[in-house]
Amino acid sequence: MAEPILRLERLRKRFGGLTVTDDVSLAVAPRGLHAVIGPNGAGKTTLIHQISGSLRPDAGRILFEGRDVTALPVHRRARLGLARSFQITSVLPGFSALENVALAVQARSGSSFRFCRPAAGERRLNAPAIAALEQAGLGARTHAPAGALSHGEKRQLELAIALALEPRLLLLDEPLAGTGPEEAERLIGILGALKQDHAILLVEHDMQAVFALADVISVLVYGRVIATDTPAAVRASAEVRAAYLGEDAA
Amino acid sequence: MARLRGAALPLLVLALLAAAPFLGFGAGHALTLLARGMILGIAALGLWLLVGGAGLVSLGHAAMLGIGAYAVVVLDAAGISEAAVVLPAAMGAAALFALLTGAIAIGTSGVHFIMITLAFAQMAFFTTGSLSAYGGDDGYTLYGRTTVLGARWPEDRLAFHYLCLGLLAAVLALCQVLLASRFGRVLRAAKENAERVQAVGFNPYPYRLVAYTIAGGIAGLAGLLLANATEFVAPSFLAWQRSGDLLFMVILGGLGAPHGAILGALAIVLLEEWLAGFTEHWRLIFGPLLVLAVLFLRGGLAGLPGQLRGLLRRG
Amino acid sequence: MTIQLLLVQALNGLQLGVLLFLVAAGLTLVFGVMDFINLAHGVQYMLGAYLGASLAALTGSFWWALLLALPAALAIGLLLEWLVFRHLYDRDHLSQVLATFGVILFLNQAVKAVWGTAPLQMPVPDLLSGGISLMPGLQYPVYRLAILVAGLAIALLLWLLVERTRAGALVRAGASNRPMLAALGIDTGRLFMLVFGFGAMLAGFAGVMAAPILSVEPGMGDTVLILAFVVIVIGGIGSVRGAFLAALLVGLIETLGRSLMPDLMRIFLAPAPARQAGAALASMLVYVAMAAILAFRPRGLFPARGG
Repeated sequence: MAEPILRLERLRKRFGGLTVTDDVSLAVAPRGLHAVIGPNGAGKTTLIHQISGSLRPDAGRILFEGRDVTALPVHRRARLGLARSFQITSVLPGFSALENVALAVQARSGSSFRFCRPAAGERRLNAPAIAALEQAGLGARTHAPAGALSHGEKRQLELAIALALEPRLLLLDEPLAGTGPEEAERLIGILGALKQDHAILLVEHDMQAVFALADVISVLVYGRVIATDTPAAVRASAEVRAAYLGEDAA
Repeated sequence: MARLRGAALPLLVLALLAAAPFLGFGAGHALTLLARGMILGIAALGLWLLVGGAGLVSLGHAAMLGIGAYAVVVLDAAGISEAAVVLPAAMGAAALFALLTGAIAIGTSGVHFIMITLAFAQMAFFTTGSLSAYGGDDGYTLYGRTTVLGARWPEDRLAFHYLCLGLLAAVLALCQVLLASRFGRVLRAAKENAERVQAVGFNPYPYRLVAYTIAGGIAGLAGLLLANATEFVAPSFLAWQRSGDLLFMVILGGLGAPHGAILGALAIVLLEEWLAGFTEHWRLIFGPLLVLAVLFLRGGLAGLPGQLRGLLRRG
Repeated sequence: MTIQLLLVQALNGLQLGVLLFLVAAGLTLVFGVMDFINLAHGVQYMLGAYLGASLAALTGSFWWALLLALPAALAIGLLLEWLVFRHLYDRDHLSQVLATFGVILFLNQAVKAVWGTAPLQMPVPDLLSGGISLMPGLQYPVYRLAILVAGLAIALLLWLLVERTRAGALVRAGASNRPMLAALGIDTGRLFMLVFGFGAMLAGFAGVMAAPILSVEPGMGDTVLILAFVVIVIGGIGSVRGAFLAALLVGLIETLGRSLMPDLMRIFLAPAPARQAGAALASMLVYVAMAAILAFRPRGLFPARGG
């Protein structure tokens, strides 16, 4: 396997007496989709928060492209190419879809301490933003206010924002949560296209989607990684079935 | 089209202010009142940039205004009244105060920010009260108004009226340009959803601090003008009630667009004057009006045309 | 400065501290439980002082005045809550600041209209008049000691209420995790009214107690309000324990600063400028302390809210 883009080394996080992340080590390849699954309360979102930087681990290291980012704040990690989507949709409701994405383009395209020229007219910002919107399947909704988009469309908008950052790694926290079957199918299609040329770390409850998309699956149970393997091997593993899939089937 | 309609109201207000001296507001008292409204409008525009633009609710904005006015006092006592010196001094002093206090205040958020800006303003208030060389609590009467390149034309009421109007229009334009710029976009985005802004790679802190400093400089300009309009400066310029008044102007005008701040300032200055004509206890009416405005006038005055249009369409 | 004088100033500082605590406690509880920022809390203190002074003049007795002023302060607090404040709980802080500011403008003016602008006096009760000798060469007014004792007693009572009763448990739950209250099916409207009325009464009590040693005048609530804000910001919003410690701290800094600063400045400056610089510095001192504390602990010394 090529040098991993993201490496977690013995990550540990405790809330009070509860160990939510227990010596998690993980390597994410620079291409393809790596899914993290696990029952509710396994600590998936806590893990995402530590990778994105909104939570500090108590112990362990996070290496992004070989660089130790454990102590960097959220915005610095984003600048390095770590883009995330949120479990609960987080967009700028008062901005148009285009402006939501243009803001992301702005973050990697020159200084934002510019005070005179109207940003809405900058081609340098708008052209890549429109491209990202199209890539996320939102090309037709460019000028709609983000607050007026449907839930699934907001999910797509989050994807477009993440893409506009030209990320090295996409960190997606349950992108399918709360979407209807049609919206989910559309999003799965988009993710399938994206994983061809992006590294994606996906946390998701929808098992069909995970097994359809993932190249590698890690199983998280009570804060521990009990398996990391191909979808077929994970599906076959007795340990995983007992700890997780068994519950799911019951 | 929408853009044109958006520009119509502020242009109308500025045009009315320009025509006011010829529409029966030409008498000395009326001009004084309008000048006061425009000057407080300039300060309120700066505050609007913080509240409406950046989502920073400051309850200490009068301190910046007062510091601008006290810069005039200090220079006046030293015999300097030239605008080329006084203007940068007033704006610079206020902006510097904003920068230093903002550096601490902006690290906090929500209600902490409100209280800290209030506390810093009180600090400045008590400091000016103890400046016995400049009159202490009793205030300081200026020897003369600020001159422009040695010329004394701003002493003329009508000239001063148009000076204030010109500066008001310039500050309004500045606020609009700032908001539309890249800088303003980050500011507005951080107001709506700071988490999202961080996730795309911006730290809101420096943007907010720059906005706070700019608003401070604008307030310093207003302080200079107010000192000239009254030819008298006192610690009451920095009183927290004045900060509350400025905030009321911004809210009454409406947070939707910067020109709301101008409408709010004019409305309040005229309302105070009108109420004071009935009774010395005019605040007994003004206070409840404020409460009612907060409870029922959610879009502010600038949002009123839209609200009315909506009502008409429904009716 | 003699050690006796320093002790007197320290006692004065503590006494200011407990008065501040009585005002700040209501403010911090109201904010902690309801997320409501009430600028008009200071006028409750002012109204307490006015009620105390005029009831004392009417009845001729400090004790009757105290006894009658408390329910009156409570009634005014509840009336304001019913008329104005309860419509603001679900609004943003900005609206709350403005509407309560409007209430201040009204009440300050109402006080002027009813009682005039001249300060009122309230006599010290006979039982508590005179001084007491704490140590050789140190006389201290009994009444001021009484304020200190009463304030500490109420602080203890409040602590017991918050820590040991069911209502207190709800208040603590509300301060640390507001959605939980609703999830538990608590009638938040009633709880809010209770906390609000209680806070108003505490502020009113502080006003009555302060009336004999201060001049009772319009706007007296504003100064106290801002100091009380400093107290709860330093102490950590929502925390009664934080408010108590911060109130004593602010009381001491404010009082000792005013008496010590001019002397301290004399080390560097000539007497006249020293007095001036000292006075200016002393009035800034609490704000400087607050800024310093917040620069290191943005959520105050004892933040009530977890996470």
